Amino acid sequence: MSNTVETLALSRCFGDITAVDGVSLAVRPGEIFGLIGPNGAGKSTLIKMLTTLLPPSSGTARVAGYDVVRQPAQVRRCIGYVPQLLSADGELTGYENLLLSARLYLIPRGERKQRIGAALAMMGLSEVRDRLVRGYSGGMIRRLEIAQSTLHRPQVIFMDEPTVGLDPSGRHAVWNHVAELRRETGAALVVTTHLMDEAETLCDRIAVLHAGRIAAEGTPAELKAAVGPGATLDDAFERLTGGTIGHEGGYSDVRQTRRGTIAHS
Amino acid sequence: MTSDRPGAAPSPIPDRPPSRPIPLRVADYWTQVFAVADAEIRKLRHDPWELATRAIQPVLWLVLFGNVMARVRGLASGGIPYLDFLAPGILAQSVLFVAIFYGISAIWERDLGVLHRYMVSPAPRSALVVGKALSSSVRGLSQAIVIYVCAAVIGVKLSLDPAHFVVVVLLIVLGSGLFSTFSLIIACIVKTRERFMGIGQVLTMPIFFASNAIYPIDLMPQWLKVVSRLNPLSYEVDGLRAMMLQGGASTLGLGRDFAALTLASAIVTVIATRMYPRMTE
Repeated sequence: MSNTVETLALSRCFGDITAVDGVSLAVRPGEIFGLIGPNGAGKSTLIKMLTTLLPPSSGTARVAGYDVVRQPAQVRRCIGYVPQLLSADGELTGYENLLLSARLYLIPRGERKQRIGAALAMMGLSEVRDRLVRGYSGGMIRRLEIAQSTLHRPQVIFMDEPTVGLDPSGRHAVWNHVAELRRETGAALVVTTHLMDEAETLCDRIAVLHAGRIAAEGTPAELKAAVGPGATLDDAFERLTGGTIGHEGGYSDVRQTRRGTIAHS
Repeated sequence: MTSDRPGAAPSPIPDRPPSRPIPLRVADYWTQVFAVADAEIRKLRHDPWELATRAIQPVLWLVLFGNVMARVRGLASGGIPYLDFLAPGILAQSVLFVAIFYGISAIWERDLGVLHRYMVSPAPRSALVVGKALSSSVRGLSQAIVIYVCAAVIGVKLSLDPAHFVVVVLLIVLGSGLFSTFSLIIACIVKTRERFMGIGQVLTMPIFFASNAIYPIDLMPQWLKVVSRLNPLSYEVDGLRAMMLQGGASTLGLGRDFAALTLASAIVTVIATRMYPRMTE
């Protein structure tokens, strides 16, 4: 069976800086694939290329069998995307946000109501569907965005730091829903994170990204075993990237999260 | 609307049959355009205060500026009272002012991540641009209602012919779409809200004053006459003047007004379709 996502020597430069440097990876159908790395490792740049938002400088990438540069329209039909920023429109209700997506993805008129209702139910948002999203908590907005990204039944869903800025209960709710999402839809998931517990809880396989390159790839167990018995994923990460992950997050995380909060407050 | 279609790509894709171009169906295209515009209408319904505050400026222009300038005898306005001459100009002006700052909301949407959601969707980029343009038209039309009421109150002899109303609506939709898409292009160039605020003012005034909105083109020095004939706003005002007033007449020709506005809209739409997707990079 062919891979859902496949990249070959994928690179992207911004001026002198090489944000993603020759990344080759494969995501299999139906698996949850984690991209972990410190801030600035190139995770978001990689996701942007795979979602057709950013053209690569060199290399190739195929998503659902389509080339991201030559066949962006086909790629877009097959993917869902949950961006790092809280992107649901705060001035619309949850239902209206989903209706917008359903129309953009050309879900047949007769199926829209039912599919929106099912997506809201799966994410536990049926009660608040007619409330303006600016009154939602961060975790609810995330779940709404996940619902939005699944309406058109994509083969692969990209989630860029899905739990940044959420409190622990919001984070666990998102994890539970992501796991359920995979069970229900069978879609592959590509998740970026810099939280080791998130990677370990969610992911079948992990690629560690460091300075734009893949430093290691494997199941969480394999990555830990490579360091030694009793090692944690943190230890593995430290070994691979030569430093700790920095749990407090960088300036850009704080800024982006606050932006989202302000916009929805 | 063709930029997304990879039909011409000759290189084979190994493990999938040669790329089948996605057929562009007109009904689908309009569904996507309408999706974007409808989201905007729903936002306005949730918060109509924005429309109310935007209505203040044109009312002030008509009531304060208009009433004073009506006393200036030298302002030949083609045989009609100055307030009648002014009302369509102020309508065009408020459509312009609302539309020209549209780029700010595009930058805002980019900063929030809303734009990313639009851009990962399979909607043709031009459908997103046209949808945004129509959203702006909705705001422009709401301005028209306020200005019609205000003009009627101050005694402007408005045409009540339904056919004229239809043409006025078309002119506003075209004008709003044109200037908001122009604004979108500027947003793609300047990229930040702060810079846009500065440049927005600089753009509005020349477009407004180098037009026939508040005085006839005949009064202008020769060089400004040339500029005003190249200014799309002049065509919008001219068309509105013919259709809004009882016995109103076009000096440039209604057909030419529509041709000029349509051509300008087509040009900015093509440019914006190329530039808009790059905002997420």
